[in-house]
Amino acid sequence: MTDQEALLQATELCKRYQRGGGAFAARGARNTFAAVDRVSLRIAAGETFAIVGESGCGKTTLARMLLRLIEPDSGKIIFAGRELTALSSAELRRARRHLQMVFQDPYASLNPRMRVSQIVAEPLEIHEPALSRAERQERALAMLRRVGLNDEFATRYPHEFSGGQRQRIGIARALILRPRLVVADEPVSALDVSVGAQMLALLRELQQEFGLTYLLISHSLPVVAQVATRIAVMRAGAFVEVGDAEQVLRQPQHAYTKELLAAVPELPQVTA
Amino acid sequence: MPALLDVQHLTVELPTSRGWVRPVHDVSLRIAAGETLGLVGESGSGKTMLSLALMGLLPQGAKIRGEAWLNASASAASKNLVALRENDWRAVRGGEIGMVFQEPMTSLNPVMRVGKQVAEAIRAHDPHASRADLQRRTLKALRRASVPEPETRAEQFPHQLSGGLRQRVMISMALAAGPKLLIADEPTTALDVTVQKQVLALLAELRRAMQLGMLFITHDLGVVAQVADRVAVMYTGRVVEHGPVREVLTRPQHPYTKGLLAASPTLERGKFLPIPGIVPQLTDLPPGCAFAPRCPWRRVECDAAVPELRAVNADHSARCVLVGEAVQAGHEACR
Repeated sequence: MTDQEALLQATELCKRYQRGGGAFAARGARNTFAAVDRVSLRIAAGETFAIVGESGCGKTTLARMLLRLIEPDSGKIIFAGRELTALSSAELRRARRHLQMVFQDPYASLNPRMRVSQIVAEPLEIHEPALSRAERQERALAMLRRVGLNDEFATRYPHEFSGGQRQRIGIARALILRPRLVVADEPVSALDVSVGAQMLALLRELQQEFGLTYLLISHSLPVVAQVATRIAVMRAGAFVEVGDAEQVLRQPQHAYTKELLAAVPELPQVTA
Repeated sequence: MPALLDVQHLTVELPTSRGWVRPVHDVSLRIAAGETLGLVGESGSGKTMLSLALMGLLPQGAKIRGEAWLNASASAASKNLVALRENDWRAVRGGEIGMVFQEPMTSLNPVMRVGKQVAEAIRAHDPHASRADLQRRTLKALRRASVPEPETRAEQFPHQLSGGLRQRVMISMALAAGPKLLIADEPTTALDVTVQKQVLALLAELRRAMQLGMLFITHDLGVVAQVADRVAVMYTGRVVEHGPVREVLTRPQHPYTKGLLAASPTLERGKFLPIPGIVPQLTDLPPGCAFAPRCPWRRVECDAAVPELRAVNADHSARCVLVGEAVQAGHEACR
């Protein structure tokens, strides 16, 4: 892969946190641990790059750093040829429209006092102030329709929706600005199996339609196996294996990848 | 010999602002000693409400009908859990039926040492046990759940333990008073897969060693395939399919079971088919089969009345009008 092809490139990202003990604990490097430890990655336009790992491995910290929602201690992030880590906060705000996030918990990530059409239209107010209110509304309705929620839902409030419908609202809000990269942090883990499968199918369709690049964060290898083109296996702040999805799933090289694969409870084949 | 647990036509009704609903509707199932029944369903299927009913923990205002016979000892008579009074429940909960829940952190007391909590569970059923005896039995219970260094762990608080260890502590508490039936509600859902694997292995081992009957509630068909002997699939309060686990998972008869299997992601790439539509609200169930609106094989008669559970063979049944007909042909056509 050449540099031109990489939509997002990170080099030697690090983030250390204080280890327990609260406000009175001893400071200094010896009492910290590396949540993310010199991680480098490249994500090509159009691919679905998945980071898989167990709780506490640093995958969410890494994803948030890539969007600069958490400041890295050191390292460099280049998005679409611009160094994100060097942007001022005003420049970063403008760049953010191209980098959106879908969260795990659709219950917690939607403002309960806003109508669904307002929730979806809100990013347009910030990033496209030239649009009229009616235009914003029309764009929000169109996006809601695209994710499977027709106009009758638009005037309702988040609490009136099921988990799957709320996740659709979250996806509509993330896509309204036509971002280039969508970071999806455990997008199906709070959902029922049948609804989670609908969401994976929807994400796959939208990727085709809008030419999206995905960074998928998940603890579940079966979920990752459905949509990823490349997989990074993360443990204790570092990638232990990165590769083509097919390769990682079929010919895992690292012992930890093998252990994760072996722990997945398997379903027998349906014969009839 | 009668089954350890024999549930007959159990129905739970709950009042809502939009009328009464039945989160558990005419459910019948049996669990023999040493046997694990997997109970599978998505949110709103009624699987958790069923487990609460079996532990006498239904919410205020709930009505319960039917029978649930527990036959915990060869010497004593069976008792109908549906007819138990609150005083009688104390001996049953923990003593005859143990429970393990999804999130150990919310079930453990955060300001009490782990060993003391296990000791309390033992003392609740043996109030005259001496301190030395309690201590000995606490360590034995922790050791039985493969808690490493039980003497050290017993002195710790729940937040000092990992999620997997907390679940082991929960299991040791649930089994401390020697129940014959264990109800495990999503016991591994909050755990990492590698830890889940260890906890499932532990439960399998305890089940063998103690001849435990187990009701294992989960949404994960892969987990069911691993732990259960038989499986019951629930949808909107009713059992829609019931049979030996391997047979149900490899030759599913109910369209919902088929749909769930097809929707479950596996390590095979890009091979999942979502079930269209959403689970209907219990306040808004159709008059016929509740799955009909999402079913690719829907017929006119599906909307007329709720289908009976039909026998596929002696051990396997499904609540679908297509059972015994050319389901296979339809299934192929749809693929």
